[in-house]
Amino acid sequence: MEKATLTFTDVSITVNVPPGTRIIEMSEKVGSGITYGCREGECGTCMTHVIEGAEHLSEPTALEQRVLAENLAGKDDRLACQCRVLSGAVKVRPG
Amino acid sequence: MFPAAATFACPQPPVSEGPVEIVPGVHWIGAFDPNLRSFDTLMKTANGTSYNAYVVRGSAGVAVIDTVDETCSDAFFARLEAVARYDEISVLVLNHLESDHSGALAELLRRAPQAHVHVSPRGLQILRTLLKDAFGLYRISPVTTGHSVSLGDRSLHFLTTPNVHWPDTQCTWLDQDRIIFTCDLFGSHYCDERLFDDLVGDFRFSFEHYFDRIMRPFRSSVAAALDLIEPLAPAVIAPSHGPILRANPGDYLRHYRRLSSPRFGFGAGTDKTLAILYISAHGATAELAQAIRDGAAEEPGVRVSLFDLDRGELHPFVDLIEEVDGIALGTPTINGDAVRAVWELLAKLVDIETKGKLGAAFGSYGWSGEAVRQVEARLQGLKMRLPEPGLRVKLEPTAADLAEARAFGRRLAAHLTGRAPPREIDLADLAAR
Ligand SMILES: Cc1cc2nc3c(=O)[nH]c(=O)nc-3n(C[C@H](O)[C@H](O)[C@H](O)COP(=O)(O)O)c2cc1C
Ligand code: FES
Ligand SMILES: [Fe+2]
Ligand SMILES: [Fe+2]
Repeated sequence: MEKATLTFTDVSITVNVPPGTRIIEMSEKVGSGITYGCREGECGTCMTHVIEGAEHLSEPTALEQRVLAENLAGKDDRLACQCRVLSGAVKVRPG
Repeated sequence: MFPAAATFACPQPPVSEGPVEIVPGVHWIGAFDPNLRSFDTLMKTANGTSYNAYVVRGSAGVAVIDTVDETCSDAFFARLEAVARYDEISVLVLNHLESDHSGALAELLRRAPQAHVHVSPRGLQILRTLLKDAFGLYRISPVTTGHSVSLGDRSLHFLTTPNVHWPDTQCTWLDQDRIIFTCDLFGSHYCDERLFDDLVGDFRFSFEHYFDRIMRPFRSSVAAALDLIEPLAPAVIAPSHGPILRANPGDYLRHYRRLSSPRFGFGAGTDKTLAILYISAHGATAELAQAIRDGAAEEPGVRVSLFDLDRGELHPFVDLIEEVDGIALGTPTINGDAVRAVWELLAKLVDIETKGKLGAAFGSYGWSGEAVRQVEARLQGLKMRLPEPGLRVKLEPTAADLAEARAFGRRLAAHLTGRAPPREIDLADLAAR
């Protein structure tokens, strides 16, 4: 299986993860400042800025796209409760 | 249930029952609520409040800006009807959808269904929830900074200013008359039917207290809103609560800038600051605190301070935490819980902006040691980053425990300066944290 890594720059830690892992499964355990509200892709609280490796994340669903737009997200922002790390190296920080 | 609807009715002062002209063609159509004594459970309102709403008449359209609390709808509609017919209303601007401003919205839309609603993108989500099935009946457009709507000889320009109370907040600028409608921003819970800052009583205390209770937790969002508003040099600031500010609007802008800037105008320079606050029943947690301090102080460029929570007052500690880059909170576990003084401090931290600060917890315990994890969960809830798992030590710290506490302090300090070495961990190991 291909290896994937996710780096949380606000707590300077990199996690080796099985491909397909959601950011929400890790961020609280490493102490990152990414916070959650609904945990279901509706509220936009978990907006996260992707610093590197955006192409290694799962495509946003229609719901995520709408919530990102309504929350005035930048092009490198994603919802941590929704997107998955598929491969490669991804770097994020709280949005 | 409350005994009678009358408890919540909004008694109107006998004077100024009608709309109030701000400039020709622009009217205040809000409502006074002199008997309100508690707002949002967040603050006492000893002098009541007002809900300010406005009508702007142009050569080719009429705009209503915001509404009022539902209890005051009658006064709002009466004032509105005195300056405009419902079928003339072409634009409805919703700067903020909290119930104190959206209470008459559903009824207004029933009476003026043709009105084109302008709301921020975040407001759109909330509006969908508020209007339920009726949402689809109306013309509703999300607007952001740069969008405007024409009323003929007048036009309204929108400024997206999120989180100057709720995520949905925006301001609206009437450039022909240089009036900025700021909704909660620049408000006061101060009820005075003379309405204008140069006519009402002394509302300075209320203006300041309102900032402290309503705006302070969003200090950086207020600063971002001011970045958009200041260059406009408004002649009138028309907020949604309390006096309309027309005498010296620049003074209020400067005061808001001061209130939303760092409290201590002197000090640490480029150094990072770490405050260690602890409470200790028998001295074990105090020893850890001292060792963490000693370790953190070894890191160049970090100013560390140490405080016994039990020996200080809560409010100054809140002021302190607002300004520092990181905090480490120490508490023993007493009866399976962090001690009350720590919870009281943590509860007060909603009054300030804590997002992105570094947080850490530590403490001594006897057998179960719940307190450190509980404090960490709360710090995360306050949107802090917790780069180091909390430090827990059984009873009196040993020499090895104290060495670890110093190392913990050094690591916290290094996270503040950005010199912490990067770490790598497997997902499976995370479960153990
Ligand atoms: C000052 C204030 C701040 C609020 N902040 C939040 C918030 O951060 N997140 C949220 O989901 N709802 C927030 N709300 C919405 C309230 O939870 C919502 O209005 C709720 O229905 C109020 O319940 P109550 O009628 O029992 O007071 C806030 C409401 C107020 C008045
Ligand atoms: S937590 Fe609500 S969208 Fe992710
Ligand atoms: Fe509000
Ligand atoms: Fe309000």
